[in-house]
Order: sequence, then structure tokens, then C-alpha cells
Amino acid sequence: MKKGIFTVLTNDKLTDSVYKMTLSGDTSAIERPGQFVNIELDGLYLRRPISVCDYEDGKLTIIYKVVGKGTEQMSGYDAGKKLDILTGLGNGYFTEFSGEKPLLIGGGVGVPPLYNLAKKLIAEGKTPTVIIGFNTASEIFYKNEFEDLGIRVLVATADGSFGVKGFVTDAIKEVEGYTHVYTCGPEPMLKAVYNATNTDGSYSFEERMGCGFGSCMGCSCKTKYGNKRICKDGPVLSKEEIIW
Amino acid sequence: MVDISTSLSGVKLDNPVIPASGTFGFGYEFNDIYDINILGAISIKGTTKEPRFGNPTPRIAECTAGLINSIGLQNPGIDKVISEEIPKLRTIYRKPIISNISGFSIDEYVECCEKINAVKDVDIIEVNVSCPNVHKGGMSFGTLPENVEAVTKAVKKVTTKPIYIKLTPNVTDIVSIAKACEQGGADGISLINTSQGLRIDLKTKRPVIANKIGGFSGRAIFPIALKMVYQVYEAVKLPIMGIGGVSCAEDVIEMMLAGASAVQVGAENLVNPFACRDIINNLPQVMEKYKIKSLKDIIGEAHK
Repeated sequence: MKKGIFTVLTNDKLTDSVYKMTLSGDTSAIERPGQFVNIELDGLYLRRPISVCDYEDGKLTIIYKVVGKGTEQMSGYDAGKKLDILTGLGNGYFTEFSGEKPLLIGGGVGVPPLYNLAKKLIAEGKTPTVIIGFNTASEIFYKNEFEDLGIRVLVATADGSFGVKGFVTDAIKEVEGYTHVYTCGPEPMLKAVYNATNTDGSYSFEERMGCGFGSCMGCSCKTKYGNKRICKDGPVLSKEEIIW
Repeated sequence: MVDISTSLSGVKLDNPVIPASGTFGFGYEFNDIYDINILGAISIKGTTKEPRFGNPTPRIAECTAGLINSIGLQNPGIDKVISEEIPKLRTIYRKPIISNISGFSIDEYVECCEKINAVKDVDIIEVNVSCPNVHKGGMSFGTLPENVEAVTKAVKKVTTKPIYIKLTPNVTDIVSIAKACEQGGADGISLINTSQGLRIDLKTKRPVIANKIGGFSGRAIFPIALKMVYQVYEAVKLPIMGIGGVSCAEDVIEMMLAGASAVQVGAENLVNPFACRDIINNLPQVMEKYKIKSLKDIIGEAHK
């Protein structure tokens, strides 16, 4: 974990309520995809944990949905704004588990952390397939970015306005021979993916956090391997340890 | 050169800054981000007789200048704290360890304090009397002077290490509670624990926290804590660990002027993991600014 000052480079609207922010700063504490950052915001006591969409030397990309006071404030930040950010939080996704043909499944704002994961897997010579799910066509984001990586991308919309009609689990039926599941999204989706897939998997969970680095025990959950903190021991849990 | 050292019941501290129980785990994980040997002492995660998972989530609610928590004393239980956590901390940390003990009956306090008293690596035992007393209808031990005195007397009988009673501010008269600690033979007092609070989510129209009510802490409670330290310093002769909303070196000095011999930093660790390090680093220059040569000399100075 590192604490540092980042500068907003861009902050663009992707859909009605989803924004993409790029920032410059020290990204050296970020060890792997699926980790998150915790951002201090003006006048708000607690930091806001946001998953890392992409990172490279000195540049950080996050995608966030406006759901409350904090993210609403973030959506108004212009280029040049300085932010105090904790980086390198959480365990993240381990590409070691992927096998040759990993399946990446994201729902809504669970999609972003899969982007850097897909890049890492491709760089390691793996052939990932990506399924991204949204409520409706107007909420879709990052479809093109994933396609530009040269991998197979399936889109599911609950109302059928684009791609496969239904949930990500309806799109899973179209993928054969996957070797590991990496997923992030709302808990009902994770549970559906858990039941609809037959390989082992890495599941990224969300919980209301206090500190984001393991000190307050605010985001504890029970697993088959004992009590875990979503922020520190997670957010990624292995399929076999999950207790629903 | 200014002198930032202090002491608690004969236990020497390089400086008065102590991360408060429940905001710093068992300490060793913070060593990944800075050398924890710069700390005055560490008050480790509150420990109970049995392992506890704690309360359902959500356990945290944000407030203006603070947060409400309802963790529910999640901890691995006294035996594991003694066999695993304290030894793990001791391998990397040479400074004083304060062990924080909670119980739901006098017997539990006694059993835990007796066990922890036998641990060579523990320097001070901090007894949290804010927990509900299951034998007395669930009312907090810390809200009635006779209960506080009874717990203090009972744990003093089975211990030789300094006993600090950690008080809840959720009482009508903190002075009578502090006097009960003194009466019971306590070696010192830690105050304050969290103040009770509530937040309601406007979208769901229900309390944010699963357990509804929780403990409010953070910068907002600093003046409340300071007032109670000030009052208790006047009423009893025991050394005080001042706790509540401390977020900077100036706050540490203010707490000591009110009467604290050492100061714990709680919620601030959760928003700035480097809070204790930053406060310790800033202390000398803030002391120089206010012409303070030695922190020990200013303890209780506001009363003169």
C-alpha cells in the first residue's frame, strides 16, 4: 500500500451515470489486476474505494458509477484536480490460476477490473473470453475497448436491447471449454455465475468499507477458510471458499 | 531539542502517541507501510474470552467529521491472541504493548485478565467496560459506578500489571465512574470510547448499519473527549490515556494540557494509515511553536 497525490488527467462520461477517470501519479504499489484504490474526497470523512480498471507506469484508470455524495463529487472533478489516494489495496486476481482459456464475467460496474486482467492474460499468451452484462443497451460501456484487445466479447442485456437477451449466465451457455472463471459484479450475479459454471473461479466481492486496508474489520465475511476482510484478504475469494 | 517522552504507571514511552484498540489490528500489518517501533505503544484489538465474528454487515456509516462503527468485537479469542497474535507482533515490535480486554460478565473479565497478565510481552492491560453485561439485562458495565468498581476490583485481584479502565462517554456523570475506578484500585483510566450514534439511509429509509446503532468516533468527538479528560483529571489522581477524535500533533498537546499522560489515535488511522507516524513527526515542531520543552511538563497544565 502506498499513499500519494494523483492528478486528474481526464474525467469523461461513458453512460448516463458511469464515468471514466484517468490520473497521473505513483502506481508502483499496484501489484495485479482486481486491486482497488481508496480516494480521499473534499469534505467527506471516509475515502471511496474504487476498483482499478487499468494501470501502467504512472497512469491510473478508474471507472465509477455515480451512486451517492462521493461519486457525485468525483464526477465534477476537472483535469488538474489533485487527489490523495491509497493504492495497491486488496489481493486482486491471480493470473496463475487462469489455465489456457479463462472466462471473464463482469456485470455493470463490475466490468472495469476485468480490463487490465484481460490485458495481463493476453500478455501471458492466454486466450480469454469476456462476457459483460448490463440492464440495457444505453448502459453498455467498454465493449469496444475489450474488442480492441482482439478477444471474443459477448454482451448480455437484461431487456434484450443488445446482444444476448438475459443475464451473463445466458451468455455463458455460448462459451465452451473455459478453464477458470474470473468475475466481478453484484452479489446476485456472482451467485448465479457460481451456480452456472463448473470450473474453479476467482470472485470479486463488494462490501461497505471503513478503512479499505484491513484495520477496522468493517467488511468482514465468513468463508470456508475462516473469517476474511473483503478489503484486505479479498476482494477476490476463490470459488471453493465462498459461503453464500 | 524537545522531549516528547512520557510514561504510564512506570511504563516508559518514547512519545505519547498510541494507536487505539480496534483501529490498528494487532499492529504487525502496519509494519508493511512504516516502522511501527516509532510508536509510543500499541493498544491491540479488543479481545474476549471466546472467538467472535462480530456483528452482521454493514458495520460502518459515514458521518460529518467521523464515522459510526458496529464491529461487535470481532477477534480470535484470548487464547489465540496469546499464542499467535502477540508473539507475531513481538517479533517485529520492541515497544510497549497494551492489551485491550472485553467481557460480558465479571468472570470473563477475570479469566481474560488473568491469562493476559501471565504474558511477559504485555505491559499494560486496558479493560473495556463499554460492553453489555449479559447477567444484568445487557446494560453496559461502564454506565454504573458500582459495576465499574466491581470489575476493577475483580481484575485487580488476579493481575500484577497496570490496569487501565477504558470508559464509555455514554453516561450522565463521567466523574463518578472515574472515581469508581480509583476506588476499585485501577492504575489508570482510558477515555473515551465511542459515543453512540445513528445514520439512516435516505434511499432505503432504514438505518445504514445492520445493528442500527453504533459507536461514533472521529474528529467530531474531540471536544467531547477533551472535556471528559479535563473533568476526570480534576477528580482523580490516576494517569489518563486521552482518546477521541485526535487527528494531529496539536490535538495531542491539547489532550495533554487537559490532563492526559498519553494519547490514543483511533478513527484517524482508518482514513490516514500514516496518521500516527505523521503526528509523531510533527510533534517537535508544534511543541517548538508553542514553546513547550517537555511534554511531561504540560500534563494537566490547563488546570493551573
